[in-house]
Amino acid sequence: MITHPRTEELAQAVAAWIDQIRPGLDPRNAFLARVAANAMATIGREITEGPAAEAAAVAAMSGVLGRAGAYDELNTDLCARIRTGELGVETPGLLPALRIMAADQLAIDQPSYRPEGISFPA
Amino acid sequence: MTLDVPEALSRLARRLGGEGARLADAGRLSGGASMETWAFAIEGAGPREDLILRRRSAPFDPENARAISLAAEAALIRATGARGAPVPPVRHVCDDADGLGEAYVMGRVAGETLGKRIVSDPRFDAVRGKLARQCGEVLAQIHATPPPAGLNLKTVDGVGELDRYEEVYRATGAGRPILELAFQYLRKHVPEPVEPTLLHGDFRNGNLMFDPQRGLVTVLDWELSHIGDPAEDMGWICTNSWRFGRPDRPVGGFGDYADLLAGYAAAGGKPIDLARVRFWQMLGSLRWGVMCLTMYMSWADGVDRSVERPMIGRRVSETEADLVTLLEQGL
Repeated sequence: MITHPRTEELAQAVAAWIDQIRPGLDPRNAFLARVAANAMATIGREITEGPAAEAAAVAAMSGVLGRAGAYDELNTDLCARIRTGELGVETPGLLPALRIMAADQLAIDQPSYRPEGISFPA
Repeated sequence: MTLDVPEALSRLARRLGGEGARLADAGRLSGGASMETWAFAIEGAGPREDLILRRRSAPFDPENARAISLAAEAALIRATGARGAPVPPVRHVCDDADGLGEAYVMGRVAGETLGKRIVSDPRFDAVRGKLARQCGEVLAQIHATPPPAGLNLKTVDGVGELDRYEEVYRATGAGRPILELAFQYLRKHVPEPVEPTLLHGDFRNGNLMFDPQRGLVTVLDWELSHIGDPAEDMGWICTNSWRFGRPDRPVGGFGDYADLLAGYAAAGGKPIDLARVRFWQMLGSLRWGVMCLTMYMSWADGVDRSVERPMIGRRVSETEADLVTLLEQGL
């Protein structure tokens, strides 16, 4: 992709502009503007971190399913096999694979979220 | 047609405040797609009254909506208040003469509802350790309240909730392996049925008002009230999405399970096992995940084009991260 500017830099510039005009907005629009700036940040993270996250998810799902494939195809297959009960919490490797996928997606969507099981730093 | 709410409030001020009463400081506080909240005051011969109007701004469909009518909400607030639960004082349930549609008026209570402040603001440091026990005590009062007659509240149980949310999830067309696994796992771990009670239905940090000295002062947002397993209300306030960055404090980000359960039993509630609470907590994360998907769908379907909706859709992954850990820990 072109580099001057990179897509994530465009998202960054839009987010910065939204933050700049936010103080002058009424409360409802100030809130929506903050949401919009967060959306821009998510877009930026998905562009930079998304490809590696998708590759990791494909590897994790391939490991559980025992075959190669594209993300959508593996994801659909994984969902179907869990739904029928063929795969469950006792299936070796399933929970570790799901953990990788959840952690990577959360890092894109909401990196500040502190999930269940994380202890609070002193 | 958009209703002129301040104009209608002026008439209401005269109706409620009597001769010479007038409206003061009316302003809209918040509003979603279908509900509005207004702050206003009545000034006149007597002391000033600071009030809140809650009104429905879009047609209510009791067949399809999960929420109850506002009149039912007001009746529940009065009924649970009579059992000692801290609730806002209902001042007036609006009728046709008020021209405000479906609405009621309650007294304004001072306090903090922002979950993040309750878990982290130093103003709450002194009282924070007492809050989980208070929540247990108040839940016992709510659950002991006989449901007022004629409200036609829905009765739900674990299997029914799983069926309902799975149906909603399937309808979105999303493929999320962790949600799939949570549905399958929870179905195998549904607790034995218990005697159903009145539930608040949305008892979580964010819908409760706290005071830095007194702790829990008011329970708000009764629109999802129904009949069901008392552990459902407990599991929902323990769901990590409502701990506001403090997953180490399972009750609302401010307290421990043991205090919640002890407060409940001390106030006369039938003792509840932690395992039962944890079932509803896991179902709570799954429920919130499905709700986030439906928020996205309301944007995708053009029902609500606010930027907030698709961004809430990206909160599904927070519930997936929580669910993976809960599935690892097991029930």
